Amino acid sequence: MEPLSWGGVIFGVLGQFTPVWIALFLTFAVSIYFKANLGLYGKLFDSIIGMIGFFLVMFWIYTGLFTAIFDLISTHDPLAQIPQMKNKVPGWALPEARVEQGLYPHYLLGGDNLGRDVFSRMVKGSWVVIQIAPLAALFAYMVGITLGLPAGYYGGRFDTVLSFLANLILAFPVILLFYLLVTPEIVLTGIPAYMAAVLFVFPLLFVGILLNSKFVTRPEIRTPLLIGVLGVGFWLYASLVSEAGRGTFVDFFPAWLDLFNVPGGVLVVFVSVVFVNSPTIFRIVRGLTLDVKSRDYVSAAQTRGESPWYIMLWEILPNVRGPLIVDFCLRIGYTTILLGTLGFFGLGLPPESPDWGSTINDGRRLLSVYLHPPLAPALALLSLVLGLNLLADGLREESLKD
Amino acid sequence: MLQFIARRTGIMILTALCLTFVVFFLTNLYPNLEKLAKTQGNFRMSEEQVQTWLDNRGYTRNVFVKYGEWLGVVPGYVIEGSDGETRARCARKGTAVEDAPKYCGILQGDWGYSTVSKDNAGPLLWNRLKLTGFLMMWALIITVPVALILGIFAGMKEGSKTDRSVSTFSILSSATPEYVSGVVLIAIFASSAVGLKWVKGSAAQAMTAPDLSNFTLPVLTIALFNIGYIARMTRASMAEVMTAQYIRTARLKGVSFWGVVFKHALRNALIAPFTIIILQIPYLLTGVVITETLFNYKGIGWQLVQAAGNNDIEMLLGVSVISVIIVLVTQLISDIGYVYLNPRIRLN
Repeated sequence: MEPLSWGGVIFGVLGQFTPVWIALFLTFAVSIYFKANLGLYGKLFDSIIGMIGFFLVMFWIYTGLFTAIFDLISTHDPLAQIPQMKNKVPGWALPEARVEQGLYPHYLLGGDNLGRDVFSRMVKGSWVVIQIAPLAALFAYMVGITLGLPAGYYGGRFDTVLSFLANLILAFPVILLFYLLVTPEIVLTGIPAYMAAVLFVFPLLFVGILLNSKFVTRPEIRTPLLIGVLGVGFWLYASLVSEAGRGTFVDFFPAWLDLFNVPGGVLVVFVSVVFVNSPTIFRIVRGLTLDVKSRDYVSAAQTRGESPWYIMLWEILPNVRGPLIVDFCLRIGYTTILLGTLGFFGLGLPPESPDWGSTINDGRRLLSVYLHPPLAPALALLSLVLGLNLLADGLREESLKD
Repeated sequence: MLQFIARRTGIMILTALCLTFVVFFLTNLYPNLEKLAKTQGNFRMSEEQVQTWLDNRGYTRNVFVKYGEWLGVVPGYVIEGSDGETRARCARKGTAVEDAPKYCGILQGDWGYSTVSKDNAGPLLWNRLKLTGFLMMWALIITVPVALILGIFAGMKEGSKTDRSVSTFSILSSATPEYVSGVVLIAIFASSAVGLKWVKGSAAQAMTAPDLSNFTLPVLTIALFNIGYIARMTRASMAEVMTAQYIRTARLKGVSFWGVVFKHALRNALIAPFTIIILQIPYLLTGVVITETLFNYKGIGWQLVQAAGNNDIEMLLGVSVISVIIVLVTQLISDIGYVYLNPRIRLN
C-alpha cells in the first residue's frame, strides 16, 4: 500500500468521524428548530461563541460515546503494537500481511514509539475524559453545595471550621496532593477508599435532603419517594465504594449484589479530582449564599416558617444557579486539565491507558524528533477545554441578557 | 492593621503546621516507608529485614514524636540498632553521635537529610529555589505587562475589534495547560524534524548559562497560560470602570479620551488585576512543576516530582514548606495590598 498524502490523511480523518458529524448535525438541527421552547439551552443558539463551544464539546462527547459503545471511529486497537509502524509519520501504510488480516490499511495520524496508532489512541482517550470529568465535577458540586449552603446560611463556628479546612486544601499545590494520594503505596493503605466512602455520601445526602425538605409536609409522597430514591442511591454507592476498598472495612458489600466494577486506578483518580475541586466550589457557593441570604424572598420564606434546608435548597440554590452553571462548564474544563496533569506525571491510570495526558507524557521523550504522537492528544485536549470555556462564556452572556 | 496582620500570621502558622503534618503523616505510612527501605537498602529485603532497617533508623516510632523531631521541638533520636551501630538523627555524615546537637529540626534551621541525593536538604533546596525564582521572575516580567496592556486596550472600548481579538486570544491561551502549550511550542520552534529550529527544546543548560536559546520556551510556556487569565480579568475590570459615572463626567467636561483612560480609569481598573496577579503566583507553581519537568530544568518543581516519586520524605517536606509559605504569603500580600489600593475598604 502507498502511504497517504496530507490531503488523504485529512480526508481519512474527517471520514472516520462521519457518525459524529451526523449526530452533531441532527443535534443542531433539532435544537435550533425548537430553540424558542428550550429555555437557557435554546438561547445558547443565539450566540455564536456559545454555538462554537457547544459544537466542540458535543464533538468530543459523541466521539467518546460512539467509540466506547459502538466501537466506531477508531481504526485500530489502541493497545495493539505493530513493530514496523514505530514512529511512522501520519498516513503511513500498514505492512501487507496486516492489511490482509482485515485491518485498516493506514495509521491515519502515524504510529507512536511502540508502534500503536496515534489516531485510535486519541479517539479512545476522549472516552476516559468524557467518563470522568463531568461526573467528577458533578460530585464535587454535590459536596460543595451540601457544605457551602449551610456554611453561608448559618455562619458561625461551623463556617469558620469548614472555611479553614477548605483553605487548607487549597493551600496545597495540586501536584503535591496528587503525588501524595494517587501513588500505589497510598492506595495500599486504603486512604483513597476511605475518602471515596466519605465523599460519595454527599450526593446521597444532597438528594435526600432536597426531596425531604420539599415533601416533608406530605408524608404520603415523601416516604415512598425517599425509600425508593435512597435505596437505589445506596445500591449505587455501595457498588462504587466496595470496589475501591477491597480488603478494608469499606468492602462490606456482597459481590453478587455489586452492580458494576470501576477499574481501581480510575476510581482513585476520580476521588482525588473530586477532592481537589470541592473546596473551590464550597467557597463559591458559600459566597453566593452570603450574598443572597438577606434578600426579601428569603425573609419571606423565613416568615412563612419554612425549614432552613427548604430555604437553602429551594429558595437560595435556584436563585444562584446562573453563576453555578457557568462555573460548572469551566470546572469540567479544569477537571480535564487536571486529568491530563495526572496522566502527564504518570499517576493513577495504567501506563498503557490511551488517555490524553498519558499519551502526551509518552510522546514527550522523543518530542524533538517525532512530533505527531504527543501533538494529536495535545490538540484534542486543547479543543475540548476551549469548547468548554467558550460554552461557559456563551452561557454567561445569554444568562446576563435576562 | 497590626491586629489584622497578627491574626493572619497566626492562621498562616496554623495552616502551615496542619499542612506539613498531613504531608508528614502520608509520607510516613507503612507502605511508603517500606518502599523507602527497599530503595535505600536493597530491593530483595524480606519483611523482617525491612522492619529492622526501619527500626534502626527510628522510622517506626509514633508519628507525632517524629513530627516533633522534624519541627525541632522534640530531641532527635539516638538509637542503638540491632546491628550494633548507634545512629542519631542529628548526626550526619562526618559527625560523631556524641557531638551531634540535641535538637535538629526546621526551627533550628535544619531542613533534614535527602535520602536520594545523600546530602543535607537545606542547601540543595536553596539552589533549586534560586533556579525556580529566576524562572518565575522572568515569567512574571513577561506576563504582567503584556497581560495588563492587552487587558486595558481590550476593555477600553468594549466590543471593538481589539476587544474581540484579545478576548479570543486570552480564551485560547487560558484553555491551554502548560503541558499542551509546551508540546506545541517545542513542535513549532525547537523540533529537529520539521520545526523552525530557532531555540532548544530543553532548558538543562539554562541552569548554569541561561540565554535566549534555552530559556525562551520555558518562560513562554508559563507566561502563555497566565497572560490569558490576567488579561481577561483586566479587561473585565477596565470595561466596568469605563462605564462608571465619573468617567462619563470627565468625558463630558471635555477631557480627551486618552486623558480619561490614563488619569481616571487606569488607577481604579488596576485594583482587581493586582489581587489576581498576586493570587496567581501559587497557581504559577503548578505550571512551574509541569514546565520544569517538560524542559528538564532542575528547580523546585522538578525536585518535587523527584522527591515524591522516590518518597524522599524530608526533601518532600521541605518542598511543601516552601510552597505553602509562598501560597500563604501571597494571600497575605494580596489582602493587605487590596486594602491600601482601594480606599473604600477599611478594616474593622
